[in-house]
Amino acid sequence: MKLGIVRFPGSCDEVDAQLAAARVGETALLWHGDRDLQGADAVIVPGGFSYGDYLRVGAIARFSPVMESVIDFARAGGPVLGICNGFQVLCEAGLLPGALLPNAGLRFVCRHVDLVVEDAETPFTRACAPGDVLSIPVKHTTGRYHRPPGEDVRVVLRYAPGHNPNGSEDDVAAVANEAGNVFGLMPHPEHAVDPLTGSTDGLAIFESMAAVPARVPAVGGRGA
Amino acid sequence: MRARVLVRPKAGILDPQGKAVERALPALGFDGVENVHVGRLIELDVDDPGQLEAMCEKLLANPLIEDYEIQAS
Repeated sequence: MKLGIVRFPGSCDEVDAQLAAARVGETALLWHGDRDLQGADAVIVPGGFSYGDYLRVGAIARFSPVMESVIDFARAGGPVLGICNGFQVLCEAGLLPGALLPNAGLRFVCRHVDLVVEDAETPFTRACAPGDVLSIPVKHTTGRYHRPPGEDVRVVLRYAPGHNPNGSEDDVAAVANEAGNVFGLMPHPEHAVDPLTGSTDGLAIFESMAAVPARVPAVGGRGA
Repeated sequence: MRARVLVRPKAGILDPQGKAVERALPALGFDGVENVHVGRLIELDVDDPGQLEAMCEKLLANPLIEDYEIQAS
């Protein structure tokens, strides 16, 4: 399993994403100006302020050379994870429905939040069970999810009651495309992989991507 | 040709920047202000103003969350 992590000018979480991904597979950094995905089996679009977030968050990064390849990769069914700014980029690229708007409180929010797993069928959450609660930090100013009016959206994670940091509609924290191979979330699972920083719940996302069997069946397992 | 593109938050979408300005004005003694919205002004010189609409749809605005108005003369 090789995970490619995109680096834009202005990315700031690509190294943490790479360190988290390295726990479950090989990794490679993918420079924004290159079209080569270096044989990655999955792509991570990390957090930060790609291209300065000028004009609108994610608006310019979406047209970078590497994103042309990421868009082709996603349309061919390849797994693509967008974290925070990466989520915004994937929305701008049309790979995920909706858009991210400035937080309702207009403030930068940085804290751990509880997330409820709504959909454990995606390649990014299959190490979880529906209803699991993950404690993962958020740190953003533009994280209020807006769904396209009249469209059904595949909601994968919601902020637990009382934990919505940004006024996101219906407490949406993470969505996937219909096929489930493109996934975006505002919280940062790469910052929650070591007990030193307070939680290891973010590992579930990376373990899911690497298809590490996370849950041994309670009954009927091997040798039963 | 000099052109201007005005980009506004779409009606019905919460515009916290507009709300913040709306609350700040009365605090400075300016009463009777409502429906404040904050958007963006983009000025540009273009050879072919016929391309402006495509520029807006593709990059300058996000039509899901923003309305745009082209002023070219």
